[in-house]
Amino acid sequence: MHVKLHVWRQAGPTTPGTMETYDAPGISEEMSFLEMLDVVNERLNADGQEPIAFEHDCREGICGSCGMMINGQAHGPQRGTATCQLHMRKFQDGAEIFIEPWRAAAFPVLKDLIVDRSAFDRIVESGGYITAPTGAAPDANLTLIPKEVADAAMDAAACIGCGACVAACPNSAGQLFTAAKINHLNLLPQGQAERYTRVQKMVDTMEEFFGSCTNHGECQEACPKDISIDFIAYMNRDYVKAQLKNRKLLSQD
Amino acid sequence: MIGSLDSNVPPGSMGDKWTQHKFDMKLVAPGNRRRFDVIVIGSGLAGASAAATLGEQGYNVKVFTYHDTPRRAHSIAAQGGINAAKNYKSDGDSVHRLFYDTVKGGDFRSREANVHRLAEVSLDIVDQSVAQGVPFAREYGGLLENRSFGGAQVSRTFYARGQTGQQLLLGAYQQMMNQVHAGSIQLHTRSEMLDLVVKDGAACGVIVRDLVTGDVTRHSAHAVLLCTGGYGNVFYLSTNAKYSNASATWRAHRRGALFANPCFTQIHPTCIPASDEFQSKLTLMSESLRNDGRIWVPTNPDETRSPDLIPEDERDYFLERKYPSFGNLVPRDVASRNAKTMVDEGKGVGPLKNGVYLDFAEARDRIGASTVYERYSNLFDMYQRITDEDPTKVPMRIYPAVHYTMGGLWVDYHLMSNVPGLFVLGEANFSDHGANRLGASALMQGLADGYFVISYTLANYLADHLGNQPVPLDDPVFNEAQQSVDDRMKRLLSIGGTKSVDHYHRELGKIMWTYCGMARDKAGLETALREIPALREDFWLNLRVLGDGPMNQSLERAGRVADLLELGELMVRDALDREESCGGHFREESQTPEGEALRRDDEYSYVAAWEWGGVGAAPQLHKEPLTFDSVHLSQRSYK
Repeated sequence: MHVKLHVWRQAGPTTPGTMETYDAPGISEEMSFLEMLDVVNERLNADGQEPIAFEHDCREGICGSCGMMINGQAHGPQRGTATCQLHMRKFQDGAEIFIEPWRAAAFPVLKDLIVDRSAFDRIVESGGYITAPTGAAPDANLTLIPKEVADAAMDAAACIGCGACVAACPNSAGQLFTAAKINHLNLLPQGQAERYTRVQKMVDTMEEFFGSCTNHGECQEACPKDISIDFIAYMNRDYVKAQLKNRKLLSQD
Repeated sequence: MIGSLDSNVPPGSMGDKWTQHKFDMKLVAPGNRRRFDVIVIGSGLAGASAAATLGEQGYNVKVFTYHDTPRRAHSIAAQGGINAAKNYKSDGDSVHRLFYDTVKGGDFRSREANVHRLAEVSLDIVDQSVAQGVPFAREYGGLLENRSFGGAQVSRTFYARGQTGQQLLLGAYQQMMNQVHAGSIQLHTRSEMLDLVVKDGAACGVIVRDLVTGDVTRHSAHAVLLCTGGYGNVFYLSTNAKYSNASATWRAHRRGALFANPCFTQIHPTCIPASDEFQSKLTLMSESLRNDGRIWVPTNPDETRSPDLIPEDERDYFLERKYPSFGNLVPRDVASRNAKTMVDEGKGVGPLKNGVYLDFAEARDRIGASTVYERYSNLFDMYQRITDEDPTKVPMRIYPAVHYTMGGLWVDYHLMSNVPGLFVLGEANFSDHGANRLGASALMQGLADGYFVISYTLANYLADHLGNQPVPLDDPVFNEAQQSVDDRMKRLLSIGGTKSVDHYHRELGKIMWTYCGMARDKAGLETALREIPALREDFWLNLRVLGDGPMNQSLERAGRVADLLELGELMVRDALDREESCGGHFREESQTPEGEALRRDDEYSYVAAWEWGGVGAAPQLHKEPLTFDSVHLSQRSYK
């Protein structure tokens, strides 16, 4: 295959960036998208040009490191697929491919295709956990969890924190990520004690960094783990309830 | 300079050692814990669980990870599950059986007392994880579901679809972030440890580079915990993540920590075969697939038909044929070697004839296609994305790949290295898996070390240092360490050669895989011992690292590959020294008439702990003898 790349190059967080064009002949369709970039980088290095900086680690779609806008789509054209698992066979020979970093004010560019996603950690830090210090846990089978509940929690917990949802959203909203994190815990019996404080803190922290959700649904389309926007509805429900709940009466529900 | 190695295994019967020792060890009172600073390097299962636990207990913890967030550590990619001796299936499991299976699975090259403790605390890990909200698979009645893994005849593996590592890591990460919020943990992301600082023989701090700003900083503490994973990327192609590297442990080794059993590497049997020369990594398909998948090759090496057209009597289900009791669930080393034998005999399948079939047709008929798909959905999807083939219709093609390293820094029963104050947890240490790790045991060990061992043994060490201040950052030992870090980076940037970091990494990988991979012999290892130093010399003469900005991925990789070029040589030396076959270490010269690994207990029942001797110089071997009181040493048989 022979493809032509247009890649965002930016030397640092405060320097202006530009789109650069690179010709990439001799690409195998068996290559993953990142292996194609590896080849381009090896050629750049051989030509004395600095390779394109991009994040990647596990290359099996689970660590959430990789992510770029490919022809305007977060993670590219294949549904439910992170950039590292996208293969060149999904592109036509002779294709022009535009590669840009995630576009969101909450994710400032650090270099080339690398952005700073630490706002996600701030959301988790504010309440994305069940307080269960090491050592005090009861037997694992003490609490029965219906299979449907465990499955739903797992559907939410599958989030890899890549940021595609934010990048795909016209408002750069962080709802899908935040809702996935909240519902993983709020759906489970173990998560009930902190359910309403959790949703309140995490949503409030989210609002400090991200835009507002207007139900476009682009996040769900872009998510490499097919996380459903239903979780956003559950989150909103819990958030509204959290404003009204008398926390002293929680165990009487 | 190093005397005899004392494993510090406490006295008493095997079942009572840990319980009694927990009482005998010294404590640090809650009010005194804030007077101790502890550095944790790495935020995978071991690092995150240790940091969270120590933070909760009141220590001042600093965590460093080179990732942009702690949740990206490679523990996240573990698929199949975590073992625990809960015996929820009432099928004969017990702490003793998990202990026994693990020692036997490791081919009797692990330290018995450490393994017993691991089996004991396995029970607590599952309890802790569930309390945190890890969404393990459930039965319809709401109880926890289990499945079985290689090397075991009981169902003791807890799992969260094919993403168990992800869910356990998120649990530990969230528990840690709770402590970041509470202020007991200072978290430094995108920060890579580049050297260990040692004063008067004891670990006192680290030198760290900020990967965004390029700033190199000094950090001092009463103890340093390395939780930095394994060194499988020495082979270039492995199931490890691309950033996984050995620099933290290797830098500690160069500062005096012994490196134990470096040649013990695990080749995982079920990975997707390489498709072309540009392959950048190999992808694991969880061992859990062997619960329902049957492994076979065509009996005819010239077979050209598609697998569904090959009749039963022209298929060789070689694992079921050779190992009727364990069948497709033999341990990883046995499954891998047998797959290699088939491919070597020319019976490999796929366009490059470099794989064997893993077939779900029988399971489809038995439990239905939808149940099979539900059990392994994310694996099937992943396989299809990579190969463009649908495993619900055609058999998967699999082949062994480097997956895990059982070797690592030497630690005693307290998880402390021979350098006082330097503790090593998880895959980075050597202690629990011997010469072969059983499936679903890596997650167990990382979390055992972090949640349930280190807080006791660290307190025992720190108790003697109450009132001591950390070494000041302007101490000459910090000056020297920072200078050497700066010098090395300048040198890497100024070579001005023509070849890329990846070039050298690939070349090193080829040497390691060819001569120190699934099968090893003296002549090959000696060849490697000539080729690696030559490659390393070429690296320092002809490497090209471009870029003058602070953020420089080529520079990061160059430092890591430079370390692997030294570590690879040590692995080869260790493999050469161990003239026996055991677990993942198969010396062609030492095999039974049936081609199984032949151990030589009389001569090699020891941990080989190597002391750094300088670049290119012979390291010094220290031996920790292994004795077995509670298990009977036998030639492993899975027939």
